[in-house]
Amino acid sequence: MLKKRIIPCLDVKNGRVVKGINFVELKDAGDPVEQAKIYSDGGADEICFLDITASNENRETIIDIVRKTAKECFVPLTVGGGVRTIQNITDLLLAGADKVSINTAAVKDVSFVKESSKKFGSQCIVVAIDAKKVSDKKWEVFTHGGRKKTGIDAVEFAKQVEINGAGEILLTSMDRDGTKSGYDVELLKVITDSTNIPVIASGGVGTLDHLYDGIVKGGASAVLAASIFHYGEYKIKEAKEYLNSKNVSVRL
Amino acid sequence: MNVTIVDYQSGNISSVINSFTEVAKGKVNLEVTSDIKKIKSTDKIVLPGQGSFKSCVDSLNSIDGLVDTLKDFAITKKKPLLGICVGLQMFANVGYEEAETKGLGWIPGKVSKIDNRNGKFKLPHIGWNEIEIQKESKIFKDIKNKSHMYFVHSYEFIPEDKSVISSTTDYSSKIVCSVERDNLFGTQFHPEKSDKIGLKIIDNFLKL
Repeated sequence: MLKKRIIPCLDVKNGRVVKGINFVELKDAGDPVEQAKIYSDGGADEICFLDITASNENRETIIDIVRKTAKECFVPLTVGGGVRTIQNITDLLLAGADKVSINTAAVKDVSFVKESSKKFGSQCIVVAIDAKKVSDKKWEVFTHGGRKKTGIDAVEFAKQVEINGAGEILLTSMDRDGTKSGYDVELLKVITDSTNIPVIASGGVGTLDHLYDGIVKGGASAVLAASIFHYGEYKIKEAKEYLNSKNVSVRL
Repeated sequence: MNVTIVDYQSGNISSVINSFTEVAKGKVNLEVTSDIKKIKSTDKIVLPGQGSFKSCVDSLNSIDGLVDTLKDFAITKKKPLLGICVGLQMFANVGYEEAETKGLGWIPGKVSKIDNRNGKFKLPHIGWNEIEIQKESKIFKDIKNKSHMYFVHSYEFIPEDKSVISSTTDYSSKIVCSVERDNLFGTQFHPEKSDKIGLKIIDNFLKL
């Protein structure tokens, strides 16, 4: 049986981890390579880097981090943030990323998803959708970290990215992100029901029950979380044991 | 010993290179190349493959003499070759991804889309799934039955002769996830992404 995946996400800014793991054993709390290794050794099913570096000039930094991480972590590595061109994708994949996550560039022009999935294969193209509730049972796609409204319906957009060859959807609720109040399960459910590709739930995890809700109530194939793992509140293993105790099939 | 990863410009093989480099450290010479001369003289071959069946076959065919060299190595000389993902799928006679495409024809069979049972099963089949070992296999030495491996694919290899199947996994139906026939090995899953257990499989292949 296919297992539900737990994916810790590391936010990287100018080569340093923002909101890092607060473990005593860490030599350098800001080193993304070391943190990725801890997650991978701890049983993470995949690792995700989100590059939140503002400027374009610093692209080399994330590529260097990916290169170093890929030599030490032998689980899939997804990298997102600032992926706008075919060249960006080529650089990240050559450095050792297994998948890239595309956000703004996909919203601007969905044919970029088609072009990249055709060139590199659907298996490495993740489309990150940031959605915000605009009215009852209606969500809209936002960009720029939730600041910019696009007028695009999130459900319609999810269907579009699937048609254009996305291998997975990384769905973040901008209403819940950072709140620790749980995933937007209603949003997840509507997106997982209207698409046939795996959906990764993101935004709002505060407890292990939230992971359960995302999978069981929301229908997510994988759950992504940042802060509950970063601050050492829970270890990956604890999250998996908890889910397993509630009959969610995970890789132990 | 020399081991060659065939780089035929198809998809992302960085992870394959990284994992094999890690396991090969100080034990075997690892080379990544599409140079026919070097491939001819190597001891073992790794044939990766990402993207579609058609794009991989097209890339193989675009390098003059490569297909014949691989056939001579694996079929005539019976030296060890490991195909990974589409690298395994290409052993088949025919694949149906994108368009009907002729495969290498080393193991009779076809590669067709996994039946998603009207959307009940999401595709691609992405993530960790348990393998059920079907027969003794040299590359599964010290690998426990029901070990988790990492998969990413929407198409499955269906060989005519079921005795080549060394393991299956459960997703919509029993999917072939590895084959073994004499010196010929293939995994549908990605040992290079399957954590320590995946590295063990790579180690088993390198130790053959």
